[in-house]
Amino acid sequence: MNRAETQAPPPEALTVVPLRHYGLWVGTAITLAILALILKALATNPAFDWPTVGKYLFHPSILRGLGQTLVLTVTIMVLAIIIGTIVAIMRLSPSRILNAFASAYIWFFRGAPALIQLIFWFNLSLIVREFSLTLPFVGTLFTVKTNDFMTPFVAAVVALSLHEAGYMAEIVRAGINSVASGQTEAAGSLGMNHRLILRRITLPQAMRFIVPPTGNETINLLKTTSLVTIIAVNDLLYAAQSIYARTFETIPLLIVVAFWYLFVVTILSIGQHYIEQYYGRSDQQQGVSLAGMLKRAFRFGRVAQPA
Amino acid sequence: MTSKAENQARFGVPDNSMVFARGVRKSFGAVEVLKGIDLNVPTGSVACVIGPSGSGKSTFLRCINHLEEVSGGVLLVDGEFVGYDLRHGKLYEVNNRLLCQRRADIGMVFQSFNLFSHMTALENLIEAPMMVKGLSKAEAKDKAHALLERVGLSAKADAYPRQLSGGQQQRVAIARALAMNPKVLLFDEPTSALDPELVGEVLVVMRDLAESGMTMVVVTHEIGFAREVGDQLIFMDRGVVEERGEPREMIANPQSPRTREFLSHVL
Repeated sequence: MNRAETQAPPPEALTVVPLRHYGLWVGTAITLAILALILKALATNPAFDWPTVGKYLFHPSILRGLGQTLVLTVTIMVLAIIIGTIVAIMRLSPSRILNAFASAYIWFFRGAPALIQLIFWFNLSLIVREFSLTLPFVGTLFTVKTNDFMTPFVAAVVALSLHEAGYMAEIVRAGINSVASGQTEAAGSLGMNHRLILRRITLPQAMRFIVPPTGNETINLLKTTSLVTIIAVNDLLYAAQSIYARTFETIPLLIVVAFWYLFVVTILSIGQHYIEQYYGRSDQQQGVSLAGMLKRAFRFGRVAQPA
Repeated sequence: MTSKAENQARFGVPDNSMVFARGVRKSFGAVEVLKGIDLNVPTGSVACVIGPSGSGKSTFLRCINHLEEVSGGVLLVDGEFVGYDLRHGKLYEVNNRLLCQRRADIGMVFQSFNLFSHMTALENLIEAPMMVKGLSKAEAKDKAHALLERVGLSAKADAYPRQLSGGQQQRVAIARALAMNPKVLLFDEPTSALDPELVGEVLVVMRDLAESGMTMVVVTHEIGFAREVGDQLIFMDRGVVEERGEPREMIANPQSPRTREFLSHVL
C-alpha cells in the first residue's frame, strides 16, 4: 500500500453531485402545461356544466341504472368463471373430443365481437321460435316461446357470459398449467384422486395466477356491459341516454356516467389487491397496506432513485 | 384364494416380500428405458439403487407406485399389482378409487420435495390423512405434530415451504409421507437437490426410519448411506441391473467393470 493511498481524505468528505436529468425536467414542464390547459378547460368551458352534473349524480334513475349495471356485471362474471373453469378443464383433459370442443368454444366465443353476440341472442327467436320438452309416451311437457323468456336482460346475460367465459377459460387454463407437475405427482402419491387434487392442490395454487387477470376482466366487463344499451337494457349508460334524449344535457350526463364507472373500477381495484394478497400469503411478501398502495399510485417525481 | 395369495403362487413371490419385480420393462415411445428389472425387497429391509443418470433408476421407482405404467413384466407391492387386478389371466386396470387406495399405502419422497407450496408444514401433513383417510382434524393434527417432532421440526409447524431450507423441506416431505402410515417408502434421490451441508440432516432422518423397521427403496448417490443403512445394493445401468449384492461387499469389491468405474467416480 503506498503513501498516497493511505493519506487520501476519508470518503465522507466527498460531495456527490447528482446527474442533472434535463430531459426529465422538460418532460415534467410540458406535462404540467398540458395539465393546466385541461384544468382550465374543465373549469371554464360552459359545456361541462358542472351544476347539472351535480344535479344528476344521485338522480334515482341514474342510481337504478348503476344498480342494473352492477347486477349484470356480477351475474355475468360469476357465470363466466363457472363456464370458463369447466371449459378450461375440458381443454386440459386427455380426451381429444373434449379438448377439441373446448378449443372451438374459445375460438368462437372469444373471437366473435361481443356486440354481434349480444344482438344475435336478442334475436334468437328468428332461428328458434319456441322451446318444448317432449317425451315419448308422455307428450309435450311444456312449451315456451323464445320471445317470452329471451328478454333484453336474459339476452345480455347469456351473450356476455358466454363471451366472457372464452377469456376466463384461457385464464384458468394458464393458471392450472402454471402449477408445477410435481405438486400433482406428490398429491397422487399420497392417494389423492384427480378431483381432490384439482380442488385442494392445483386450483388454490393456480388462483395466484388467475386472480390478477380475472380482476382485469371484471373491470373490462363492467364497461363492456354498456353495450347492452343497444338492446334496451336499462343500465347506467341507458339511463343517462334516456335523460339527455329529453334534456339535451349530453356532456354533463356522460360525465355522470363516467364518474360512476370510475368509482366502481376504483373499488374493484382495491378489492382485487386484497384478494391477491390472500392467495399470495404463502409467498411471505411484505404486507402492503392500503395507504402504501395509494401512496405508490400517487407518488410524484422520480419513483426509483438511480443508483 | 385371495388375489395376493394367487399372485404369490403364480409369480413365485417369496414370503415376506414387500416390493417384487420380475422382468419389468418400460418404454417411452421407441426408447426402452427399463429392459427387464428383477428385484425383491423383503418387508423391513432397505434397498438402495445407484447408477448413472439416465440408467432408469428413477423411472423404476416411479413404476412402483404407478406414477408410470410399466410396459411389461410383473411389479407387485405387498403381493398386489398397484394399477391392475389379475383376473382370469388378464390384468384389468383398476378404477381410480382403488388405485388411490393402494397408492396411499406407498409413500414417496421426491428429489424436489414437492411440498404443497400454498400450505404450511402442518397443513401439508394433515391434508391427505384428512381428505383420503378421513381422519378428523384433531387426530390428523396430533399425528402431524408427533411426526414433525420426529423429524426435528416441531418449531416449524406453521412455516410455509418457502420459509424453510431445502433440508427442512425434505424432512417435512418425509413426515408427510409417513403421515399416511405407508407400508413402504420410496425415495427418489432425496438429497440430490440439497446443499452439501444439509444432506446430513435428511440422512439422519432416513437412517432413523430404517432402524425403526420401515421398508425403503432408496434411489441415491449417497454411497455412504447405502453402505451403512442398505440391506441390498442395486447398481443399474442403461435399463438393466448390472450388479447387485450386499452393500459393503459390493462397494469394497465390485465384480462388474461398469460398477467399478461408476463407484470410482462417486466415492
